[in-house]
Amino acid sequence: MTRKQRRMTIIGGSLAVLALAAALVLNALRDSIVFFSTPTMVAENHVQPGKRFRLGGLVQPGSLQRGDNLAVTFEVADGGAKLPVAYKGILPDLFREGQGVVAEGALDANGVFKADTVLAKHDETYMPKDVADALKKQGHWKDDYGAKDPNMASGGTKPAATTAQGNSQGAVQ
Amino acid sequence: MIAEAGHYALVLALALALIQSFVPMIGARLRDPALMNVARSTALAQLLFVGASFIALVTLHVNSDFSVANVYENSHSMKPLIYKITGVWGNHEGSMLLWVSILALFGGLVAAFGNNLPLSLRAHVLAVQAWIASAFYLFILITSNPFLRIVNPPIEGRDLNPVLQDIGLAVHPPMLYLGYVGFSISFSFAIAALIEGRIDAAWARWVRPWTLVAWIFLTLGIAMGSYWAYYELGWGGWWFWDPVENASLMPWLAGTALLHSALVMEKRNALKVWTILLSILTFSLSLLGTFLVRSGVITSVHAFANDPTRGVFILLILCLFIGGSLSLFAGRATSLKQGGLFAPISREGALVLNNLLLTVACAVVLFGTLYPLAMEVLADFKMSVGAPFYNLSFAPLFVLLLLAVPFGPMLAWKRGDLLGVTQRLLAAGVAALVVIALVWAWTRGGSALAPLAIGLGVFVIAGAATDLAERTGLFRLPFATSLHRARGLPRSAWGTVFAHAGLGVALIGIVCETTWNSEYIATMKPNDVAQVAGYELKLDGLLERQGPNYREMIAQFNVSRDGEALSVMTPSKRSFTTRGSSTTEAALLTRGASQLYISLGDVTGEGAIAVRIYHKPLVLLIWWGPVLMAFGGVLSLSDRRLRVGAPKPARAKQRLQPAE
Repeated sequence: MTRKQRRMTIIGGSLAVLALAAALVLNALRDSIVFFSTPTMVAENHVQPGKRFRLGGLVQPGSLQRGDNLAVTFEVADGGAKLPVAYKGILPDLFREGQGVVAEGALDANGVFKADTVLAKHDETYMPKDVADALKKQGHWKDDYGAKDPNMASGGTKPAATTAQGNSQGAVQ
Repeated sequence: MIAEAGHYALVLALALALIQSFVPMIGARLRDPALMNVARSTALAQLLFVGASFIALVTLHVNSDFSVANVYENSHSMKPLIYKITGVWGNHEGSMLLWVSILALFGGLVAAFGNNLPLSLRAHVLAVQAWIASAFYLFILITSNPFLRIVNPPIEGRDLNPVLQDIGLAVHPPMLYLGYVGFSISFSFAIAALIEGRIDAAWARWVRPWTLVAWIFLTLGIAMGSYWAYYELGWGGWWFWDPVENASLMPWLAGTALLHSALVMEKRNALKVWTILLSILTFSLSLLGTFLVRSGVITSVHAFANDPTRGVFILLILCLFIGGSLSLFAGRATSLKQGGLFAPISREGALVLNNLLLTVACAVVLFGTLYPLAMEVLADFKMSVGAPFYNLSFAPLFVLLLLAVPFGPMLAWKRGDLLGVTQRLLAAGVAALVVIALVWAWTRGGSALAPLAIGLGVFVIAGAATDLAERTGLFRLPFATSLHRARGLPRSAWGTVFAHAGLGVALIGIVCETTWNSEYIATMKPNDVAQVAGYELKLDGLLERQGPNYREMIAQFNVSRDGEALSVMTPSKRSFTTRGSSTTEAALLTRGASQLYISLGDVTGEGAIAVRIYHKPLVLLIWWGPVLMAFGGVLSLSDRRLRVGAPKPARAKQRLQPAE
């Protein structure tokens, strides 16, 4: 082989690997991306049952009901709309009524959001960033969300995250 | 006083770094040894002052001096001593101080042990180190000063985030930073080589040990972080494809590629330009990781900061260093002479393939990490890219890489014999097929791909063993001769074997855990029994206990199997009054490489408690793999060739043993 041929082999091989990677990424993007919605966006966009998405909002105070065998239902609200959520499993440590929550799952035929994952990712204001941004955009943001807990009202910035998984393989399906 | 002294020491370190940034450069230009040697003294003095500054902050935390804002916000007088110390880097300001301390440590090491480096190369390397250091000292002093006082000191601190009050915080961040920041050395060497316009095999020989040290720490740091998340977050996940985790994985992938390409450069004087580029990219990805974590652009466990000025400042540092180094590369790379011809099928060719797959896999992770951010900024909608994306894109690339791993070390340099290597790997292939058949026959449920993936893991391990057997002549020669040869093998050859086998071990662990993990979630009352994977777990009772800065509720489980009592497991739930939050402390029972895992949920009415019990088969292999890899790295580092460091081309040639 001449020097040129060797170089061409390596360049050809590199392009082949790059093309393979591009194909894999495009294919993966088609069916593995999960979008974020609030209840208002769900109502406006008529999301199809069975389509997976992340639902974010505030847990409607008084809506949390515990059923048998760790089944729970609650409502997620964003000021404009409400959406019932059903989940089976252990809720994360930081889950509480009136606070922000993000759940992942899909709508069923009755319009109930079946969550298989409930995330409660908070900073010290107990508000997930995604939810806060969405609420601000819709004009439902109230400054007092930030002052819920007098111990946490000032300065420090320390998020904690807990995750509850409805199925054991949550992150690694 | 201590806070002011610490602050002052940091300012002095900045001044020293500024001197170190310019004086040695001028000295190198004027060929003045005295000016070039300034770098050595300033680097050591810098280490002294940053060290003093760091110790000052540790002292403030240990003494619970709540007149310092950083201590007030992250500490509590009742906190155990170990968490008072680790809490120093459990917050933004402190962790940046740790970052620069480690940077100064590496600079100091180059200054102290770089006596065999050409004077001008050492001057340039230390000057580049000082540029990085100056930027980050400025960042800390301007936007994230850990020594700020509070005018009216409070009596009690606000305590450290309970999730971080764990031994993991003592190990994970320092290890990770030793890895991240360690790559700054290869970056500085690359920039120095570009400035000098000279690069040779000796350069690679100097760079490789530093890269290896960084890589070992990064490997262990990532593994440690993963295990920490596994037992601390309470649902048994060990990798989340969270942007912050990706931020550490990307430098690891690029750094692994760098280790291999530096090998080609050292042995064969080829791939020079590419090695330089990889050095730049690896550290750039470390900087990007620092930006992603420290700027708070991504909300996650690790994003302490949400002050935009910090984000903009780090973004500026990022653009300056990545943009500057890449422009320098574009301008000067062509002046580096290429050397070392090789055929596509050869050890060099295999290492090129390794580099190609690793960098492309790294690019995929980079895409997955930045794409959601880009879409949010450009198209204004939110989405998440999670495990399914990486399983479809990253995993196939890694499968290709793992398939190629056993072939690489067995190919000869310059021109290899693929057919011959395939024949010699036949035994490993057969072993893999047998294991696939056995796994297929014995297991029920799970993906059909799982036995194949386990077979791949076995192939990688058996391939590493075959390489060893070939080199020592095991089974071909008398055993005593093999033993003698094994003793004579360079340690780096052993290192390769262990590191590659570690990959296979980790893969087997990952596949077993994700495929045959069994789970039991229910509410249990005292004396209830749960059956999980052949184990019986009886809930004996619940009790409350007062810890130093929390109250905890402990559930006591008696674990037995086939009527034989094994152990008692005590998962607990801690509530921290100061922050009004709680953490779940999982209980782990290790049986071989498998684990039983219990974490607690909420107490419901009538004294029942929600529990989550997992049986995770062979889960520990996930972390033993990286430990093996790091062990291989340490072996390789202890190789005489690397320790001696000085380039002796004649002897290097002797070591080029063809795999034949």
